[in-house]
Amino acid sequence: MAAITLLEAIRQGMWEEMERDDRVFMLGEDIGVYGGAFKVTEGFSERFGAERVIDTPISESAIVGAACGAAMMGLRPVAEMQFIDFISCCFDILTNYAAKSRYRQGIGIPIVVRGPCGGGVHGGPFHSQNVESFFLNTPGLKMVEPSTPYDAKGLIKAAIRDEDPVLFFEHKLLYRNPKIKQEVPADDYIVPIGKAAIRREGRDVSIITYGAMVYTALDAAERLQQEGIDAEVIDLRSLLPFDREAIVESVKKTSKVIILHEATRTGGMAGELTAVINEEAFDYLDGPILRVTSIDTPVPYAPPLEEFFLPSVDKVLKAARSLAAY
Amino acid sequence: MELKKPQQLELLYFMRLTRSLEDRLDNLLKQGKIVGGLFRSLGQEATAVGSAYALDRTHGDIVSPLTRDLGAMLVMGARPREVFAQYLARGTSPSGGRDQNIHFTDLKRGFIGTISPLGTLVAVMNGVVLAAKMQQKKTVGMVYIGDGATSTGVFHEAANFAAVQNLPLVIIAENNGFAYSTPTTKQMKVLNLTDRGKAYGMTTEIVDGNDALAVYKSSRRAVERARNGGGPTMIEAKTFRMRGHAAHDNQSYVPKDVLEYWRKRDPIAYLEKELTQKKVASLGEIEDVARKVAKVLDADLAWAESQPPPAPDSALGDVYAEDGGGSAGTKVASSRSEG
Repeated sequence: MAAITLLEAIRQGMWEEMERDDRVFMLGEDIGVYGGAFKVTEGFSERFGAERVIDTPISESAIVGAACGAAMMGLRPVAEMQFIDFISCCFDILTNYAAKSRYRQGIGIPIVVRGPCGGGVHGGPFHSQNVESFFLNTPGLKMVEPSTPYDAKGLIKAAIRDEDPVLFFEHKLLYRNPKIKQEVPADDYIVPIGKAAIRREGRDVSIITYGAMVYTALDAAERLQQEGIDAEVIDLRSLLPFDREAIVESVKKTSKVIILHEATRTGGMAGELTAVINEEAFDYLDGPILRVTSIDTPVPYAPPLEEFFLPSVDKVLKAARSLAAY
Repeated sequence: MELKKPQQLELLYFMRLTRSLEDRLDNLLKQGKIVGGLFRSLGQEATAVGSAYALDRTHGDIVSPLTRDLGAMLVMGARPREVFAQYLARGTSPSGGRDQNIHFTDLKRGFIGTISPLGTLVAVMNGVVLAAKMQQKKTVGMVYIGDGATSTGVFHEAANFAAVQNLPLVIIAENNGFAYSTPTTKQMKVLNLTDRGKAYGMTTEIVDGNDALAVYKSSRRAVERARNGGGPTMIEAKTFRMRGHAAHDNQSYVPKDVLEYWRKRDPIAYLEKELTQKKVASLGEIEDVARKVAKVLDADLAWAESQPPPAPDSALGDVYAEDGGGSAGTKVASSRSEG
């Protein structure tokens, strides 16, 4: 069994679901013959035909609207956003139609809306964003972001089989990163939505993170080890719902928390996670909960600007050292 | 395609049912029993009823009406008691008090309720008929859009998508003169809503929206075209909104002579005259329709008023599927666990 990239894992997961269940189909821009801007759907059109791999106009609302309608009729659509930044163009359909349908009319909308997210690739303000905070405040949606090939395959399968709308974020930096290649089981498996993973056990500080920042956290943890600080790294994997239990367990163990994410700071996931820790584990805390995030600006294009914008190992180290003083 | 006498009387029945039901809603509003807004379709009953009447449930046809298309919902089998219970916010209403007016759905009876952001349902209905097409069904979808909502981005995306995909969709564009207070002249530079449909390469037709039989015939042609692979059609029904946007709006911005012009073209009076003049039905038979409507509404309103309000904690639940479906183990505690 060969080790595969995160991109290949997503492909495999979708391919197997398309083989397994003829209700599953895809729609999006340039996903057919061209195979998608990032080639995630390369070969799907040849194998499954143009009827199940639909090239659409540049119309995100029409794409996700059609996905919702098809889901109501019993199909399992997977819609691609060419870049996840463009999900803002279908905000109404996702937040007002997909998210509310089960609640107000008793009909679930089992769709997956997936696409490449994240910066570090000099994509500029419109091809680099992390959009989870736009949707965190919308009951009815689910959100996942894998950091490993194993999770990517298991989560895309879980998302396709889920009865509710799932936003599936794929970090561009991880797509073809050879360092994170992994062997994944050939047997059918899923990674359940709503469950975090402990990437590194530690006693002194919990770094709660997800997506590409998992590797920033792990690199920081290695460095901290040399300074005598034993960091635990929690990979949320699911952002909505997130795994309260795993977060609280880790906080009880370490009593110190850094929340690390690539999305900008104000109104980000970190604020919500901080509130939950305050509500459920305040007595266990031995210091303030610190946030390491991107700064509150659009994602800038020039490398020195983007580097300044993004969280880094050094920024995590600084936070961990200041926490160690408590 | 010609409607026989019982069918023509049925058209009249659904139009009368719509109007009388809304008259009763008006009364309930004045009595303070309706907690939300009331959006009447007075003057537009022929458009809603005549169009939906062209659908065929044996093929699984599905309609998605706007708030002013109560008549289309009734044609598909929605019951007045459901509508009353929705407006009265009762616990046993189709949405259990979670949503209002005719925002409710029954896929078995073939109607999908609208939502307040306009144009969204055109995009959703594309998916409904796309799925039916993929499932080798002969289903046709019908969706309504107002003159105002043809200016939304999602309408244009969805109309184009329907045309490109050659979907079996009939778009009924209701031109009732005003979007809230904004006249169509401030909505668009083109003269007809169908000009917008033509731009996407779909078949279009313009029909007198106050003539139920004409609306039916035009819709029927479009439904057959869609069923036979001819793609989407946009029908513009020229009609008029005889009340304000909602009950609070006194319509002061509508010139009196315009209202008077349309009052003389009332769709129910028009159909009744047509039926009697052509000797399709007697005056007695037409009076019977009104009596039948009153009987149904008496019973259904009494039922709805006897229903309890929802239990406060029924605000919880149904945000996600209980077991997360296939993603086993996904117990979604969500915010519910905190009450």
